[in-house]
Amino acid sequence: MLTAILTAVLVVAATGLICSVLLVVAAKYFHVPVDEKEIKARACLPGANCGACGYTGCDGYAKALASGEETRSNLCVPGADAVAKQLSDALGLAYADVIEQVATIHCGGDCAQAKRRADYQGISSCAAANLIYGGAGICPVGCIGLGDCAKACPNGAICIENGLAHIDTRKCTGCGICTKTCPHHLIDLMPDVERVLVTCSNTDKGADTRKACTHGCIGCKKCEKNCPSGAITVVDNLARIDYSKCTNCDTCAKGCPTGCIMISDFSGIHRYTVVPSAPAEKTAEKTADPSEPAKV
Amino acid sequence: MKFLMIIMTSVLVNNYVLSRFLGICPFLGVSKKLNQATGMGVAVTFVMLLATSVTWPIQKFLLDRFGLGYLQTIVFILVIAALVQFVEIVLKKYIPALHASLGIYLPLITTNCAVLGVTINNIRDETINTFGKAMVNSLGCGIGFLFAMVLFSGVRSRLEDADPPKAFRGLPITLIAAAITSLSLFGFSGVATGLFGG
Repeated sequence: MLTAILTAVLVVAATGLICSVLLVVAAKYFHVPVDEKEIKARACLPGANCGACGYTGCDGYAKALASGEETRSNLCVPGADAVAKQLSDALGLAYADVIEQVATIHCGGDCAQAKRRADYQGISSCAAANLIYGGAGICPVGCIGLGDCAKACPNGAICIENGLAHIDTRKCTGCGICTKTCPHHLIDLMPDVERVLVTCSNTDKGADTRKACTHGCIGCKKCEKNCPSGAITVVDNLARIDYSKCTNCDTCAKGCPTGCIMISDFSGIHRYTVVPSAPAEKTAEKTADPSEPAKV
Repeated sequence: MKFLMIIMTSVLVNNYVLSRFLGICPFLGVSKKLNQATGMGVAVTFVMLLATSVTWPIQKFLLDRFGLGYLQTIVFILVIAALVQFVEIVLKKYIPALHASLGIYLPLITTNCAVLGVTINNIRDETINTFGKAMVNSLGCGIGFLFAMVLFSGVRSRLEDADPPKAFRGLPITLIAAAITSLSLFGFSGVATGLFGG
């Protein structure tokens, strides 16, 4: 009886011992050295792994900072200025304000502009409506307007008005949760210093877009010709703005025949208007942010 | 043909998740998104193969020889846990890419009941009498797990859009869906034997 207990205890203890010795040796022998700078940088970051910095999580950003391939310390959006300051102090990098990201919706077709081909009466969710021929609107990529993004937004920054989602930039923290919920992928994040936006995602031919929505981009290339800095190109019947060249001069928005290139009205609510804002205000906005790094 | 029979049986008829109800925790926990479900399935297959390759010789050449068969469960748990940790360390050093994709799942399944179930079943089942057959059975069970995960993640993506009564929302409707999914696999019992011979 006693020997049986003793054997069992000894065998299990011996197995445990062998395993632990093996693990200790392995941990020593296969040790992967981690850069001290990387540990320091990682300690500053919040650990949300949101990917707003453009790297695969906080570890990826810390690694890039430590290896010196990334020199900007202001990429962490959730951490905001405090984290940027800490990172700059810890690694001896130049400090710059964090440029906040805001969500923007690349569709401007509300009930008055986007035509419907059917009346949807199913479950009140964009994801569900999208399963039935991509929603009730004629435009295959337009805002469905059932508010999956509004339900997902943790800050209550999105509201649905006239069948179109609007984002309140004062409440938006740039977390990007809404960008993942939209079944048509209409929402994306952009730096809070940009003021012109193409509020359409339709790549159909101009005539087809017209039939679907009076607000849509018809690919007329007027903006491409008018833009003084060559920032706009029309690809697949849709205008695209290269924000690294854009100077926020509003020429495109003023000339757009359908009004789908819009200017933020600075009220905080991201309801774009075609009325251009005062030029004085524009220059003030630009000079207020001289430390802005090159945008990608 | 015998190997094919073993694989088909363990994938379809004796599916570890849907027929034997082992490994339900990761099945319900990680099946929300397809890529996560696939990652978990691959990691489990990998660990099952690894665990069998070690526990089978331990049982046959050490425990059985010295009459210590009754220590099977505790020894297997110890050995599998240590082995998975060891492999994780080695992967981190030599194949960082694989570590990055499997790494988060490995600690989760060190002593998952499906993994322990496969290793013990490989010993108990009298038709699995060679090392090769044990390995093939583990592979089949792993593929079965992957299959169940992928299948159920598809079902769950539909559940997200469904609008069940309030009392059923969340876990209850997920469990009911899991039950119906497992029912569908019962259609295979008998078919595998007929196709590949006993």
